[in-house]
Amino acid sequence: GHQAEAARFQSARCLFVLLPFFLGVAQAVDRSNFKTCDQSSFCKRQRDIKAGQSPYRALLETMELTNSRLTLQLINDNNKVRLLLELYRLQGNMTRVKINELKPLKPRYEVPDVLIQDPPTEPLSVVAQDENGVVLSLGADEQRLIVSARPFRLDIVEGPKVLLSLNSRGLLVFEHLRLRKDTKSQDDAEDGEGAEKTEQQAAEGDQLKEEEELPGTWEETFKTHTDTKPNGPTSISLDFSFPGVEHVYGIPEHADTLKLKTTDGGDPYRLYNLDVFQYELHNPMALYGAVPVLLSHNTERTMGVFWLNAAETWVDISSNTAGKTVFGKMLDFVQGSSETPQTDVRWISEAGIIDVFIMLGPKPSDVFSQYASLTGTQAFPPLSALGYHQCRWNYNDQEDVRGVDQGLDDHDIPCDFIWLDIEHTDGKRYFTWDPNKFSQPKDMLQGLKDKRRNLVAIVDPHIKVDSNFKVHNEIRSRNFYVKNKDGGDYEGWCWPGNAGYPDFTNAEMRAWWASMFAYDQYEGSMENMYTWNDMNEPSVFNGPEVTMHKDALHGSWEHREVHNIYGLYVHRATAEGLIQRSGGVERPFVLTRAFFAGSQRYGAVWTGDNAAEWGHLKISLPMCLSLGLVGISFCGADVGGFFKAPSTELLVRWYQAGAYQPFFRAHAHLDTPRREPWLFGPENTALIREAVRQRYALLPFWYQQFYNAHRTGQPVMRALWVEYPEDSVTFDIEDEYLLGRDLLVHPVTEEGLKSLTAYLPGKREVWYDVHTFKKHAGGQSLYIPVTMSSIPAFQRGGSIITRKDRVRRSSACMENDPYTLYVALSPEGTAEGELYIDDGHTFSYEKNKAFIHRRLTFNDGVLSSSNLALDSQFTTASWVEKIIFLGARKPASVTLKTAGWSWGSETRVEFEYDSALEVLSLRKPGVNAGADWTVLLR
Amino acid sequence: MLCAQLLFPLSLFLGLSATVEVQRPRGVPLSKRQFYEEGKPFTCLDGSRTVPFDRVNDDYCDCKDGSDEPGTAACPNGSFHCTNAGHRPAFIPSSRINDGICDCCDTTDEYNSGATCKNTCREMGRRERESLQKLAEITKEGFLLKQQLIEEAKRKKEEKQSKLTELQAGKRDVEEKVEALRTVKETAEQPEKEAKERHLKAWEEQKAVIRMEKDKAKMAEAFLELDDDADGYVSVAELQSHAELDPNSDGSLTEEEVQGLLGGADKVDTSSFENIWGNLKDKYVSESQAENPSSLETAPEETKEPVTDNESEPYPEDDIGVEEDDEEEEDDDDDTHEDFEDKPQTSTQTPERSDKDEEAMPPYDAETQSLIDAAQKARDDFEESERALREIDDQVKNIEKELSFDFGPSAEFTYLYSQCYELTTSEYIYKICPFNRVSQKPKFGGSETNLGSWGSWAGPDDNKYTVMKYEHGTGCWQGPSRSTTVKLTCGKETTVTSTSEPSRCEYLMEFTTPAVCQEPLPVNVVHVDGHSDHVEL
Repeated sequence: GHQAEAARFQSARCLFVLLPFFLGVAQAVDRSNFKTCDQSSFCKRQRDIKAGQSPYRALLETMELTNSRLTLQLINDNNKVRLLLELYRLQGNMTRVKINELKPLKPRYEVPDVLIQDPPTEPLSVVAQDENGVVLSLGADEQRLIVSARPFRLDIVEGPKVLLSLNSRGLLVFEHLRLRKDTKSQDDAEDGEGAEKTEQQAAEGDQLKEEEELPGTWEETFKTHTDTKPNGPTSISLDFSFPGVEHVYGIPEHADTLKLKTTDGGDPYRLYNLDVFQYELHNPMALYGAVPVLLSHNTERTMGVFWLNAAETWVDISSNTAGKTVFGKMLDFVQGSSETPQTDVRWISEAGIIDVFIMLGPKPSDVFSQYASLTGTQAFPPLSALGYHQCRWNYNDQEDVRGVDQGLDDHDIPCDFIWLDIEHTDGKRYFTWDPNKFSQPKDMLQGLKDKRRNLVAIVDPHIKVDSNFKVHNEIRSRNFYVKNKDGGDYEGWCWPGNAGYPDFTNAEMRAWWASMFAYDQYEGSMENMYTWNDMNEPSVFNGPEVTMHKDALHGSWEHREVHNIYGLYVHRATAEGLIQRSGGVERPFVLTRAFFAGSQRYGAVWTGDNAAEWGHLKISLPMCLSLGLVGISFCGADVGGFFKAPSTELLVRWYQAGAYQPFFRAHAHLDTPRREPWLFGPENTALIREAVRQRYALLPFWYQQFYNAHRTGQPVMRALWVEYPEDSVTFDIEDEYLLGRDLLVHPVTEEGLKSLTAYLPGKREVWYDVHTFKKHAGGQSLYIPVTMSSIPAFQRGGSIITRKDRVRRSSACMENDPYTLYVALSPEGTAEGELYIDDGHTFSYEKNKAFIHRRLTFNDGVLSSSNLALDSQFTTASWVEKIIFLGARKPASVTLKTAGWSWGSETRVEFEYDSALEVLSLRKPGVNAGADWTVLLR
Repeated sequence: MLCAQLLFPLSLFLGLSATVEVQRPRGVPLSKRQFYEEGKPFTCLDGSRTVPFDRVNDDYCDCKDGSDEPGTAACPNGSFHCTNAGHRPAFIPSSRINDGICDCCDTTDEYNSGATCKNTCREMGRRERESLQKLAEITKEGFLLKQQLIEEAKRKKEEKQSKLTELQAGKRDVEEKVEALRTVKETAEQPEKEAKERHLKAWEEQKAVIRMEKDKAKMAEAFLELDDDADGYVSVAELQSHAELDPNSDGSLTEEEVQGLLGGADKVDTSSFENIWGNLKDKYVSESQAENPSSLETAPEETKEPVTDNESEPYPEDDIGVEEDDEEEEDDDDDTHEDFEDKPQTSTQTPERSDKDEEAMPPYDAETQSLIDAAQKARDDFEESERALREIDDQVKNIEKELSFDFGPSAEFTYLYSQCYELTTSEYIYKICPFNRVSQKPKFGGSETNLGSWGSWAGPDDNKYTVMKYEHGTGCWQGPSRSTTVKLTCGKETTVTSTSEPSRCEYLMEFTTPAVCQEPLPVNVVHVDGHSDHVEL
């Protein structure tokens, strides 16, 4: 990904258009290319409306209650426009609040294809009702939903406690569809509808006048681009208050801290998928992807708000405790004068409707399950995709690819994928190959296949306008391109020069796109070739804010309404193509840069075009943690940094950090010097090799974590507070994290560091250094001296982690290798873990239940492996070669009992014991990894 | 896979025909066979511990150094030995045993992975021997050529040296001649100068007389013009109409000022006018002249070129390549800027004023002319001799420069000097002029890009003369300047065999030359029959 110096690839025709984007951007983002809230007319309009008395009133007499749905009308007393409120109680402790115009002039966009199904509902019942409002029961735990009529507001309460309030600050704003003034009188004459509407329009008239005087209502110009806004103002806004909450998270993607900051005095967090050249750290500017999900958290409860809207969105956050010092807070507490801390959040979107899912938790894991039940879980990747990825813009030719593959072997660095960026194509025509540099792609792919490695080739969604290009001709003749406001094919500048943008919101278009990945359509492709979708925000070099014009048309919808979901559709169509080419047998692997709520279902995401700077290494943690909180687990940052050349130290540290992040890919900009891992002297090659080897040894653990994420929606990479929700020390931590719940990682992300302090959570826990096996108590900050080889990581006492310590050159080579179990004892002397095995690349685990899923438990001196999926069947050649107990006492004897005909018979197992470290190693139990067995320590 | 195959029969070809079976654990080289004695406890090769022999190759790593598992993948740091009969034996990391990929050409690394490997040792051995043989031939011939190159270089160097000596000797003569001719020139120039000065002075005097007469006439004319009432006096009032005479240029010519101009008098007659004319004549404008407004002065403004248009136009070429190949963009840029700078600054200049009244100097008299001719001849002779001296200096410098290059330990690279070699690829023509520069030119038009100028020999310390480095070529967008590494290999021909750009703006060129051919080893290592087992023993 690289919106970079597009310029150098453009032909002369676009120079004038491009110019403004490239002056002065050499060092960092050119902020002037992107709108501030003030420059985005709806944001400014909305933000100028301050909290106060809401003009909305609930018309209780219009209330209708069916088993699962309550509807009632809201009226704006200023303009008499009526809205329709729908309330649903959803299974799994969620509430859905939908607000649309009662009678819109034309339908407003409701985002399709994000929810995996119509969310199942549960009965709503009225508990109490009077002229002031209605109280509804939300089922368990004394939870009630209170609808107040005048002014309209919603409160969700549990017993006496308010969990969450909507419109309590009166910021519900719904810009209803209206006719343009100059066409209005004519239309009025034709209008023969009832008195109610006339009344509405009469009142509307005054309001309209006022609104039309605001600039940017019917037309808006930013830099040289004019947005024609044929539908006029359509924005919406709603406020949410979280009493007792001081920490909110989520709404990626921003290059910012894990904990969201208050936005008072600055711009709101912006969600608008954009190709930002050399993005800046620590600001709320929009980036490549958008997931409109916000989590609130305090020691008692975690909740989530999912704002299902694909238009440009801004999120304001304010807090009544922000800026108070800890001492100030204490003083308030002691004096009893403190108001309850509260966080207020306001969502503003340019179009569409209000459709909000309130996830009531109460635990973080509940919120993840709730969100997963709405939008699905992380796609289960092929095992190989969890290995190391070697990328560069660009490997020059087939010989270069062969050389890199050989270099990895010569230096004994494991790798599963080599990647090809845009230069592999014939003139940026995706689905083709450069006839000189990649003339025999199948030879190249076969060469990699012989090494049990894979390739990724990039396919971007902008299609070169060229009448000799088959893909373009097909899309044009099938009328699949996005249209400009005048109905012609929309064209913009991107890598190939003039390009069209297929309308991925169109299901027919997606089906056709998917068919293009068939082996007989995509010439030169093979089953070990996968796909990378870049630039799918979409990036349009000469468009407003480097993206598509908002008045472009996707069928009858404006780009304005679908912008943030475009990238998801590209990703989805590609992933479906990869599934279909194998007849539905093989799991796809597709990386995307743009994303939206639900993108987790289609593959991996990376943090875009970062830079070779320490700050970018450091920010990769909170950026991926934020994505994990909103369902996207398969996240990574370009190892080494995309722009600029990393120092050797930074490169090594980035490999070390990347080895412990879900998506592990080294990538580099075209203009940077080569940086394959062996180019920095034998010492650094060894450091990088060691980091990559640690990754490969842990692949069984990673795979099991991804299986778990796929099945349950729990994130792979977790902020500490997710597992320690009552420990407020963890709430701000973003320089360390957990993989699953058992492996704590604190990578070194600072230059020249000689030591660091890691927080080991859990007062009653113990943690074992995975490198030295040394035991440390939880609930403390641990001082750790570090050297260049240090990757501080700790296994939680009470867990069992499975590893394959025979690291080979690719994950496929390790398929049948034996496991080593690391049994880290809790202070109570117990431990548990899981082991998941399948073929590593097909859907058989799902379709034929062809997998092994085992529970490993250690209790009272007995370690046993039991089947977690009795109806599954799969055989593996892998066995257990070693079991290492951390924090164990020395046993007198160790015996093994296996299932089958010899069940009950015991064999002695040899062991070694290190009394200084309390480490017990069992030599070669030898049981099959899929078998039932127990080991007894006596 | 738990039952490791402990031993396997190994066929060795000794000499040409004798076959002996040697028992040793899988993956152990013959040289270490002695440490693995069947039935006896095995001591790890690092001495760290001793284990029963049945733990050798039992697919569990007991020794820290991996020596108990030479034939399995159990130890992370182990290595496996393939005999590769027919080719060269090799060690591979243990992690490549049974990984489904054929690493050893004799297939012995994949004994239990299900991979179907073909024994390719004989074929590989044959191919390697063939290529070695070819290489040996090339090396042999190349080495002979190299000897010639060395001889040639020696001769050339001697030639250059003697040429240098010769030039330096010649130079002294020429220097003397220059000095002699300088004296001649100076001697001839003295009388020339004097004669010219005389001539000039005479003419200046003549001019002064003419000018004075003209001035007088002008004064008389002015007097008549000013003396409006023709009373023979120019009065204050009469003079006051000439505003241009205003001494303080404040726009008004007061009576006092006029009086001042008139030397305090109210009016002056012709002879007094003569005294004050000096104060007036520079400013005075004849009335006949003043009637014509000077239309000439404004005219140039209108003919101005619309240069401002160019300034307001954006400079899109900045940092933006006009064509696909960025190599050109810098050049294009430069061109563009030059274009702007070169735009003639039309019209702002006013034409040079030449005094038409001034008459040309009369020609020199014959005597002066002959002095000038003689001096000119002396000058020409002197300059010619100086030019000759410069030429010699240049030659000396060039030879000294050439002699200063490091042309290799035996000067074998001398012949490359001042030569150029080209390679045409699908897009570009690459050119290397050794010890000078490397460049690239698009095949289908476009300007040349400098990929670096001669920097230094850059091979490894023990083999410095195998790599050349060319540096400081044309700068790259947002990057360093281009550079090229040239790898030299032995060949009969001197030619560029390939070029590539492994990293942005860092080029790699492969170049063959006999100059790097090493003396062939005296012993022939190649067995004609294909069994090269000597490495084992």
